[in-house]
Amino acid sequence: MFTDETLETVGTESLWRKSRQFEHDSRGCQTTPIEKVETEAQVVCCSENGTQTDPDDHHMHSLFASHEHRPDSPGLRDFLHRVEDIVIRELTKNAKSHAFDGFEVNWEERNQTVSCVHRLQHSEAQERGLQVTSLTWSSTGSVIACAFGRVDDGDWSTEKSFVCTWNLDRRGLDENRPDVSIDVSAAVMCLAFHPSRPSLIAGGLYSGEVMVWDTSRTQDPVLAQTGMLAHTHRDPVYQVCWVPWGRRGELAVLSAGTEGRVLLWNVGADGKLGLSAGYALVKQQVPHSGTLSKARGSGCVGITSLALSPWDPDMFLVGSEGGLVLKCSFSTQTVAAAEIATTSEGESVTLLAPAQFCFSPRCGPVHSLHCSPFHRNLFLSVGTDGLAHLHSLLQPDPLLSLRVSDSYVFGVRWSPTRPLLFAAATGQGSVQIFDLGRRSLRPAAVIDQNIKGRPVYCLEFNPRQTHLLAAGNADGTINIWHLSAELTEQGSREGAQLEQLANELAE
Amino acid sequence: MAEVEETLKRIQSQKGVQGIIIVNAEGIPIKTTLDNSSTVQYAGLIHQLVMKARSTVRDIDPQNDLTFLRVRSKKNEIMIAPDKDYFLIVIQNPTD
Repeated sequence: MFTDETLETVGTESLWRKSRQFEHDSRGCQTTPIEKVETEAQVVCCSENGTQTDPDDHHMHSLFASHEHRPDSPGLRDFLHRVEDIVIRELTKNAKSHAFDGFEVNWEERNQTVSCVHRLQHSEAQERGLQVTSLTWSSTGSVIACAFGRVDDGDWSTEKSFVCTWNLDRRGLDENRPDVSIDVSAAVMCLAFHPSRPSLIAGGLYSGEVMVWDTSRTQDPVLAQTGMLAHTHRDPVYQVCWVPWGRRGELAVLSAGTEGRVLLWNVGADGKLGLSAGYALVKQQVPHSGTLSKARGSGCVGITSLALSPWDPDMFLVGSEGGLVLKCSFSTQTVAAAEIATTSEGESVTLLAPAQFCFSPRCGPVHSLHCSPFHRNLFLSVGTDGLAHLHSLLQPDPLLSLRVSDSYVFGVRWSPTRPLLFAAATGQGSVQIFDLGRRSLRPAAVIDQNIKGRPVYCLEFNPRQTHLLAAGNADGTINIWHLSAELTEQGSREGAQLEQLANELAE
Repeated sequence: MAEVEETLKRIQSQKGVQGIIIVNAEGIPIKTTLDNSSTVQYAGLIHQLVMKARSTVRDIDPQNDLTFLRVRSKKNEIMIAPDKDYFLIVIQNPTD
């Protein structure tokens, strides 16, 4: 049954010597092809692929330069001679032509209506009657985070609150149950998603704390917090945002509170937010706009809103409880007036006075500011007087004043796609959309939030899916609206019209 | 070469002109007023488009040939003057 068997031996040759040789080879010849490419090949793509080096400017310039010096573009002069006249003729004709004015092509089905695609709510927050105080979209545009708190209650309270997120691109989206719900020890006043890392959210609390959460951590989402330290905010934090700071362009959290301080926090590895710079607005240091001297003694300027400029990284705008709108600079050298700069011992940074310019003041708190993404000098401000002011950074008086609502206006945002369009959240339960191109003082669209006339506290356009607009309401719901094509597609002359608006009215 | 530069300057000074690129017959940019990445992108894509447009014209009528190509878009207009050895590409925003 069983017999002995002799098998042949099998040998495997060692390869170590060969594989080494491969390496040797490739190293040896690495320099020659590069040289060849630069001097002879002149094929841009090929040189990049073949040599696996980064395409650098240097490289390209040398390509163009080599052409210039070599007499191998014969006929280029003759060619240009031949085509110059006809091209210039067509260019001038084209600049004067009105053949395409108002001409529109329907490549795809245009969405004519504004519709509510989601109505998000968190049952626990709604039972307790919490309001949506702030909204933010993640950098990918698929996740929305909302903060719950109270706006109508001025009392100090220890009521717990939530930060919730929903991923709208998820298949099993449950509008009544958030994907992530983070318990927070106090009412949350403001939120901001990290501009590149989609799991990080910074938030400011009613208690003056600033926190950073990481929603990808399931155990303890708190990544960093200020704690209740001496140098943190002592009043509610009304705005947080991420700003590039330091030489390597890391992002730090900027927070502003009603005690008049704007603080900059570094996210430390130890779960602490470290103070890296601080600014304080003191009444006597605020520059006065010509007509008015409201220097009623001293004290601080309570900050209720803050906006960064997408054009000038050094500038930020601040709106105050007293109705002031100030232009401020990060690189200021002036030290803030002593009384609040040295209130607590052991403060690690000197507070600076950032205010540089004061726009004509408004009556009542300025709830929201937003810089135009299409024009470097334009910004909007809204407040309790129900007016939206279109401002130029170059002059104190507003360029345009629009009546948005008879009630308060809590939020304003420029459209990310249409230079002349902005949306405002009103205290009467609607979002109003204005089109400055219409030359009419009436809104282009009024989106009723269906909340029985209670206020809308915040609104935010989706940075990626620009047809989506989110509105956060006093009854604890968040409505996600799908905007019509008319409100999202840029017209052909819109940029020029905005430019005109900024210039003509400034005279 | 100064003459070439002057011609380009004259074209650039026309109303609304955003950029000029000269591409050789192989589709390689040899003069440009745009930055590197958009130059490479425009040159490659427009070269293909011109070749396609030309073969279309000639397939319809072998006696015919492409003389000028204009592409109107929402944001600007691209004008291309083709030739045996070179293409001149001009990008204009006529409403500017």
